[in-house]
Amino acid sequence: MNNLVLLVPLFPLIGFLINGLGRKSLSKQMIAAIGSGSILASFVVSIILFLQVKSTGAIIAEYFTFINVENFKIPFAFQVDQLSSLFLLIITGIGFLIHLYSSAYMKDEEEQHYGRYFAYLNLFVFSMLLLVMGANYVIMFIGWEGVGLCSYLLIGYWFKNNNYNYAAKKAFIMNRIGDLGFLLAVFYLIQKLGTATYLDVFANVAKLSHQDIVIITSLLFVGAMGKSAQLPLYTWLPDAMAGPTPVSALIHAATMVTAGIYMIARSNLLYTMAPETQGFIAIIGLATALFAATIALKQNDIKKVLAYSTVSQLGYMFLGLGVGAYTGAVFHVMTHAFFKALLFLGAGSVIHAMHHEQDIRKMGGLKKYMPITNITFLLACLAIAGVPPFSGFFSKDEILAAAFSKNPVLYYLGVAGALMTTFYMFRLYAMTFLGKFRGSHEKEHHLHESPSAMTIPLLVLAVLSVAGGFIGIPEVFAKESHWLEHFLSPIFAGSNALVHAHHLDHNTEYMMMGVVTGLVLITIGFAWSKFSKYTYSDIEESGIGKVLENKWYVDELYDTIIVKPLDALSIFLKNIIEKSGIDGIVNGVGRLVNYGSRQLRLVQNGQVGGYLLVMVVSIVVIFFLWINDAAIVNFFGKIF
Amino acid sequence: MPIQYYLYLALTLFSIGVIGVLTRRNAIIIFMCIELMLNATNLLLVAFSKMHHGMSYLADKTSTVGTDGQLFVFFIMVVAAAEVSVGLAIIVMMYRNTHSVDVNFLNRLKN
Repeated sequence: MNNLVLLVPLFPLIGFLINGLGRKSLSKQMIAAIGSGSILASFVVSIILFLQVKSTGAIIAEYFTFINVENFKIPFAFQVDQLSSLFLLIITGIGFLIHLYSSAYMKDEEEQHYGRYFAYLNLFVFSMLLLVMGANYVIMFIGWEGVGLCSYLLIGYWFKNNNYNYAAKKAFIMNRIGDLGFLLAVFYLIQKLGTATYLDVFANVAKLSHQDIVIITSLLFVGAMGKSAQLPLYTWLPDAMAGPTPVSALIHAATMVTAGIYMIARSNLLYTMAPETQGFIAIIGLATALFAATIALKQNDIKKVLAYSTVSQLGYMFLGLGVGAYTGAVFHVMTHAFFKALLFLGAGSVIHAMHHEQDIRKMGGLKKYMPITNITFLLACLAIAGVPPFSGFFSKDEILAAAFSKNPVLYYLGVAGALMTTFYMFRLYAMTFLGKFRGSHEKEHHLHESPSAMTIPLLVLAVLSVAGGFIGIPEVFAKESHWLEHFLSPIFAGSNALVHAHHLDHNTEYMMMGVVTGLVLITIGFAWSKFSKYTYSDIEESGIGKVLENKWYVDELYDTIIVKPLDALSIFLKNIIEKSGIDGIVNGVGRLVNYGSRQLRLVQNGQVGGYLLVMVVSIVVIFFLWINDAAIVNFFGKIF
Repeated sequence: MPIQYYLYLALTLFSIGVIGVLTRRNAIIIFMCIELMLNATNLLLVAFSKMHHGMSYLADKTSTVGTDGQLFVFFIMVVAAAEVSVGLAIIVMMYRNTHSVDVNFLNRLKN
């Protein structure tokens, strides 16, 4: 049993080692087979574990003591329960599809870079598995840092382009700010309770004062802000588009950004006991959802639109966590993983066909050339827009319903965000696939549907995006129909015992669903008619449109208030403090010794008589002092 | 005889030795002056020893107080003899190298 658990992260690790070390000698087919195969193997093991967890409950596997200091012990242990087994399926399942897709998408790369790519990808999955499987916060932190590192490596995969390197560094540094919060929270927790193991922490939660819990949860949330790209630390995620498109899919759908949601869902008991933090999370989540959605309205880069859409959807997940809809948030992670992976892979397929052109203003009419990509992309758009019965509808509805029962204002704003989502997704779809092709004739000539290694993952994900929602049908339709809630109930039992979610009136819920669905359909129609006949124009945006196109100038703002003063400070430190201060002292000491020794050297003049004279005079002086002052005697006594 | 006479004599001998070492350039004379200083010290040792012993001897005929000073003199003489042999050897070597016993020629370690 224990060994089975160990296998899940072991396969990607082995894949990483083989591909990483053998990248120069293995053939591309071998590399792709090893990279994808290792993930497939751990997906199979994950399914077995999932079935086991489903029938017998959580598995805890302890391997060795990781840290052992007096009474403080941190075991290296894995915990596979309902929550983590679900995440395992998402990570390895979607991860495998992305690997498979990559094998075709990246085939133009040189062999050794191809190997490097798959090695990083496997390491990424490995880190994420470690994060999800760890039985305590320390193991989670190892994975937490691991995904940060891998995102850096993969975003900067094309390291010859300096802009990409900057994007990679930005992601790394932004994450590091969040990680500090996470680390402090873990230290605080360990200081108060002496343990970081989930089960022990949740069992002893009564020992913590309310203030402690608020501090810990807030600090943990800072970590989640960085990793899951929430305001104000979200700017790295859109820049992460610098990496290859499948990497974006991996970061946005299966790994990395869901880490923050997983962590909060895992610590749900702490959060339920700190309503202040929860309120804060709900506000940040909603603000991020709206803010990112407004930016996405005006972006023209196919990947940028999707990136801001991810930030926005993550905002919804945090809104769900903030209003106590933990199941809803996890549910949305899952459905979002399906349709966002599909969207990114679809976008990758388009970019592949367009020869790395990403500007949607220069696309259009791709429907004719890429039927499979077209239909799967459309399905994903319908899913993310929340059209019933696609998967996004159920998960988003659950979050919004929970928000409504908490505070109707959250609900109305949430719906506004959802409508914006619908609008920009269909703008994207219409501009890419409908109308006439706006690129050059040569490009049009080269348009083609992607190879089957790329379309098969699209089709699988399309099926999941369409049907994935049926595991969480709201209770209003049928009793006990929400399979996911039932499945996850042991994880959230502690929270549910503290807070009784009052179910909405059935009529209210039906009405809400009806109204939102109607609005979404109207928005789709509007966007469809507005952009399906889009023609390219060079007219610059003005007013609010320009602000949105420039992403509210947030990057410029950060640049002015943080980066530039920091640069100025470091230049000051380098030129003034370092050069004249520290260097001055160090060089001064050296110069003083040099000068002193040059003067002292003259004393050694080689005249024996001179030496003798000095000796005699010294002895006489010492004798006189000796006679006159006992302190001298003491002094010499101390030396000799 | 009062102890002062011995002190004056020893002081004189020692001073002659010091001045000789400082002023002369001939290695052999410097050497002799060092011997002079050693002998001045020996003289003092013997004189003080005798003085101490004499006083306790009057009180107790079997007393040995102060005699160790005189014993010490023998050691100094032995060490001085050893020193002379080494010193003279050095002077011989010095003469072979520089064809002179003038210490001012020994300035090659300068700088």
